[in-house]
Amino acid sequence: MTQPDVTDLIHERLEPFPRDHFLSAGDLNAATVPPLLDLADAFVDFNRQSAKSLDIMRGRTVMNLFFESSTRTSASFEIAAKRLGADVTALSPRTSSVTKGETLIDTAATLNAMKPDVLVVRHGASGAAALLSQKVGCAVVNAGDGRHEHPTQALLDLLSLRRAFGDVGGLTIAICGDIAHSRVARSNVALLSMMGARVRLIGPPTLVPGDADRWGCEVFHDMKDGLQGVDVVMMLRLQLERMEGALVPSTREYFRFWGLDREKLSWARPGAKVMHPGPMNRGVEIDSEVADDLTVSLIQDQVEMGVAARMAVLAALSARREGASA
Amino acid sequence: MTALAILNARLLDPATDYDGPGAVLIVDGVITEVIHGAHAQAPDGVEAVDAGGLCLAPGLIDIRVKTGEPGAEPKETLKSASLSAAAGGVTTIVVQPDTDPAIDDPAMIDHIQRRGAALNLVNVRAAGAATKGRDGQRMAEIGLMDEAGALYFTDGDHVIANTRTLQRVMSYAAAFNALIACRPADPWLSEGAVATSGELATRLGLSSVPAIAERIQLERDLALVEQTGARFLVDQISTEGALETLARARSKGLEVAASVSINHLCFNEIDIGDYRTFYRLDPPLRPESDRQALIEAVREGLIDAITSAHAPAPAEDKRRPFAEAAPGAIGLETLLPAALTLHHEDGLDLLDVLRPLTSGPAGLLGLDAGVLKAGAPADLVLFDPGAPVVIDAERLHSKSKNSPFDGRRLQGKVVGTWVGGARRK
Repeated sequence: MTQPDVTDLIHERLEPFPRDHFLSAGDLNAATVPPLLDLADAFVDFNRQSAKSLDIMRGRTVMNLFFESSTRTSASFEIAAKRLGADVTALSPRTSSVTKGETLIDTAATLNAMKPDVLVVRHGASGAAALLSQKVGCAVVNAGDGRHEHPTQALLDLLSLRRAFGDVGGLTIAICGDIAHSRVARSNVALLSMMGARVRLIGPPTLVPGDADRWGCEVFHDMKDGLQGVDVVMMLRLQLERMEGALVPSTREYFRFWGLDREKLSWARPGAKVMHPGPMNRGVEIDSEVADDLTVSLIQDQVEMGVAARMAVLAALSARREGASA
Repeated sequence: MTALAILNARLLDPATDYDGPGAVLIVDGVITEVIHGAHAQAPDGVEAVDAGGLCLAPGLIDIRVKTGEPGAEPKETLKSASLSAAAGGVTTIVVQPDTDPAIDDPAMIDHIQRRGAALNLVNVRAAGAATKGRDGQRMAEIGLMDEAGALYFTDGDHVIANTRTLQRVMSYAAAFNALIACRPADPWLSEGAVATSGELATRLGLSSVPAIAERIQLERDLALVEQTGARFLVDQISTEGALETLARARSKGLEVAASVSINHLCFNEIDIGDYRTFYRLDPPLRPESDRQALIEAVREGLIDAITSAHAPAPAEDKRRPFAEAAPGAIGLETLLPAALTLHHEDGLDLLDVLRPLTSGPAGLLGLDAGVLKAGAPADLVLFDPGAPVVIDAERLHSKSKNSPFDGRRLQGKVVGTWVGGARRK
């Protein structure tokens, strides 16, 4: 495809985002997801060209507000915004000196006065993105709030899966590891179920919420039982502070029973794909042999899809604001 | 192939409720045939042992044995404990993790099992610590220890005071269907106590713990069991109040096992009356009414395991003022005659006495021993239930001589012990 073609395709597919903000997977539904993914697909093709500059968001200001440190997500949003032609400001405020609630609201008021168009926010407290969205006049994208949601991660995972399998409807997807503390898991459970996938949750009982079966997922504590016949194994990162005896006895025990290696992967359906939101703890939740095997691993695809999916979200939010102001 | 026939015995098999004449055939360490009736003959060329009408039962399984190995070998080694066990008709011992270092990782489980096996005396198995170093804070490697052969998980006499830690341990262990055992003792009420609160403790001037300390902790533990679905063993229940709590939980459908120490079935608080430190136990001895309630619980089958609560303490730790003496008593070698007091004095059926010493703990721990049937390991004890014995602590095999039965006249003498078909006494 040549550049004019894909640019036309992007404009053709660009529809306003269904909500003012993108705070959780629940802001989308089974009808609004496919066009957004179609748009993201076009961005994937666009991103593979050597010249990657658009003017969809020219003159717009995107603020990356990361209260929690992040490399890949903030870079991914920054690149996405820049490729759309937006001006990007990255902020990493410290939260240690004042209580977090005050900081957040004060910061919101301050930033709002600078009139950004989109605020991309990551915060350690669940609900922080929603709180911000009530205090500012711009669109807010949740880039991870505590253990609540990380909706663009779910969207990029869905994009990766749709490209690998064609359709996620009917797929059986196992999300494995620290479900209890994972915003990635919550967003993925919501979005994947919405799109017709069967979701299983696998992890030690200390890392899977006791009522997770009410999320409409099957819960397993044994990898062998849980991986039986699954099409996709989505591994989660185990935070180091959760190990060493608090919720899991040790990394070696975790790897023995819940770390994805060749043997455990063999329990899944032949041809099953492996995903991980990154960054990986190699030898803890995933064996390098699996993570680096390009015939099964979608992990590098996920990173690439991340930029495209975020471009789609930013462009669609921008289009909605344009529509509203017009 | 080595074969052995034990003939002319009175078979006592709690698992099948059989009490009657019979014989047992053993090939290569495994029971190949159990014959009911008086007139079995040994097949040609098979070595025969004439039991002379004495009792032949599955070897005893003692799920609570402390040794000093590693870390306190002068108290007790795996060898001296195994010799005591063999002499007492105990064919499987489960050593406690309260060693130094604690048995809290798979390598230690493996170590204990290998050391025990190399002795060629009895089956030596281990319980793993529930928390690292039994610190009550950091969960131990329950999954890896389970794979290595740990039979259950406990911090021993340390109570996991932190409810959140215990909740996580139970919840995590449930993934492996692993058994967690806890002492029901409120740690704050129990602090510094050496006797049970009451008239006697007051008169003796001893720090004491109210009996309700056991019930309070048990209520907490059972609530966690209910929430987490863990398999759970109440380790050394000792009061009537706690038994009532247990019965209530079970009537609600909660599957909880319970053990009782032989000491609390045989002694009461009166025994501490002259400050004899061999009766300084943990939990402390209770009033007679509690002892009676425990015996009744055994009779009714509410107790899954009777343990020796074998806790060796050398003379220097016991020859002290009562409150300063180390708690605990040895009990491996005297377990059978002591348990038989329930038969001779309290009128329990022999099978009901033997059940929590054989098939009860075997079922609890998933062992294939503890039963007289083809295919089971030939772990057996031959004993004369009526023979009078006078316990002489100095002649016991344990390296520590702190037996509260020292000088007592009991009935019941172990005549032979076989472990995997090999005679160990």
